[in-house]
Amino acid sequence: MTTLSATVQARPDREGATAPARIAVRDLDFYYGDFHSLKSISMDFRDRQVTALIGPSGCGKSTLLRCFNRIYSLYPDQRATGEINLDGRNILSPSVDVNELRSRVGMVFQKPTPFPMSIYDNVAFGVRLYEKLPKAEVDVRVESALRKAALWGEVKDKLKGSGMGLSGGQQQRLCIARTVAQGPEVILLDEPTSALDPISTGKVEELIEQLRSEFTIAIVTHNMQQAARISQYTAFMYLGEVVEFGPTNGLFMNPAKKQTHDYVTGRFG
Amino acid sequence: MSLVASTDRVTAYAKTGAPRRRSSGTGAVFRALNFASAMLVLLVLAGILGSMVVGGWPAFREFGFFGFLSGSSWNVGAERFGAWPAIAGTLMSAVIAIVVGVPISIGIAIFLTQLSPRWLKTPIATAVELLAAVPSIIYGMWGLFVFAPLVARSVQMPLNDVVEGLPVVGSLLYSRVPSGTGIFTAGIILALMIIPFIASIVRDMLDQIPPVLRESAYGIGCTTWEVVRHVLLPQAGVAIIGAIMLGLGRALGETMAVTFVVGNANRLSASIFDPGSTIASRIANEFNEASGMQLNALIALGCILFLVTFSILIAARLLIARVGRA
Repeated sequence: MTTLSATVQARPDREGATAPARIAVRDLDFYYGDFHSLKSISMDFRDRQVTALIGPSGCGKSTLLRCFNRIYSLYPDQRATGEINLDGRNILSPSVDVNELRSRVGMVFQKPTPFPMSIYDNVAFGVRLYEKLPKAEVDVRVESALRKAALWGEVKDKLKGSGMGLSGGQQQRLCIARTVAQGPEVILLDEPTSALDPISTGKVEELIEQLRSEFTIAIVTHNMQQAARISQYTAFMYLGEVVEFGPTNGLFMNPAKKQTHDYVTGRFG
Repeated sequence: MSLVASTDRVTAYAKTGAPRRRSSGTGAVFRALNFASAMLVLLVLAGILGSMVVGGWPAFREFGFFGFLSGSSWNVGAERFGAWPAIAGTLMSAVIAIVVGVPISIGIAIFLTQLSPRWLKTPIATAVELLAAVPSIIYGMWGLFVFAPLVARSVQMPLNDVVEGLPVVGSLLYSRVPSGTGIFTAGIILALMIIPFIASIVRDMLDQIPPVLRESAYGIGCTTWEVVRHVLLPQAGVAIIGAIMLGLGRALGETMAVTFVVGNANRLSASIFDPGSTIASRIANEFNEASGMQLNALIALGCILFLVTFSILIAARLLIARVGRA
């Protein structure tokens, strides 16, 4: 508890209390077949803020994240009901073009997932899917995305090399660059550092802090220290419900619910 | 009994070499039997290879290795034997099989792993496996009595009208006797026979790709086609080439079905619709009545086939193993 509160207090105060909601979730229910895994979730993700989702395994935090780009719809027995409004439009509506949605809501996964192509193509691939740009302009986008992902210096001399040849941490930053290059509005991070060593984790966390100036970020994490370090808002989830949601400082320092208090102090979970 | 005491006793046995329970005789027999079983494989392989080389040697000596390979006459009376028409027939039918079979196999694998609704998955997967279990003699009979007449009626005759007299395509696609049997028909039958093998290997490869890679490809907004084309197939990569080569090895060596439908002509024709022969069909047709140099020449043919399929099999295994996992 002491280290956690120290972490929270050490952060510069940067809560964007005035930031408007970018994603508004209303009465969201989610089902894996017959299993009711998210129960009537309502919460806002604020514009250009980092919102962390924490909670014990199986509480539904990854499931919630997977609703925002409708990646769950790859699996026929999974369905969501309710509303998720992105810029005022309900993305759960059947009329939404999911491919276009996914180019606006990027996702980075637990394990690095470089595509079987060169480093350059890994980043350019997503750009070329939705925009017909001249080569020079794609070059600019690739470089800028790799710079934003703090990877440019390490790969600028081997852009033609395979993305699989990078270290785990570099691969994960490559995946972030790939997401950033598409120019999304929202970036979803599903435990992005759980497969990385502490140094790579540190780099990715710094990166998230920088990306916040441009993107609305939602991150699922098992690591409460991480949530405390990098997020402005935190939601504590348990058994498919949001138990408590609010500014990260308040949630960690002064939780309103006993369950939240027990979890953030390490008494369960 | 304390742990220390029992450990002491084990150590004591180990030191004196005293038997723990019974004589180690069973163990030695067990080991020897297993060893013998394993050695049998090497012995059989070496035996086959050895007798092929020895049996084929007179033919290689008589005509020269490359002379035999490139000789185009197969004259039993004059005892002149050249392997080229059979080799060309083998290669042509195998290439047709690959060209026709591979896209269909990959299509089946993609459908089963990416597109199929759950209720359709099992019936199709089972049908593919059953297709692999159909004996080759059945393919041969079906090919000769059903498929060959169909090829004659609806491919060869209409095609003849079109290509007759044309340069290049005229000699490549014109059939002198539109009987339905020939290299083309053999190639199609072979394609049907290798489809289940290639399809199930490619399917396994696609299944082994971690779901998260597929999700992240969809996650940047790819359509199913783009996910398959740019991410999944390249990821399976060389393993697919390995699968194709396994199919190729099978197509090269297949005997029964091909012998039924290939037409068994000893002459080499430029047209894929004319009858021809493959190495395997030539051997199957002549081996029973062969003697002397003809027998040696047939064994030499077998030797060539063995070497070719063997090296293709090894290359395929290496390629598949390389993808063992990145």
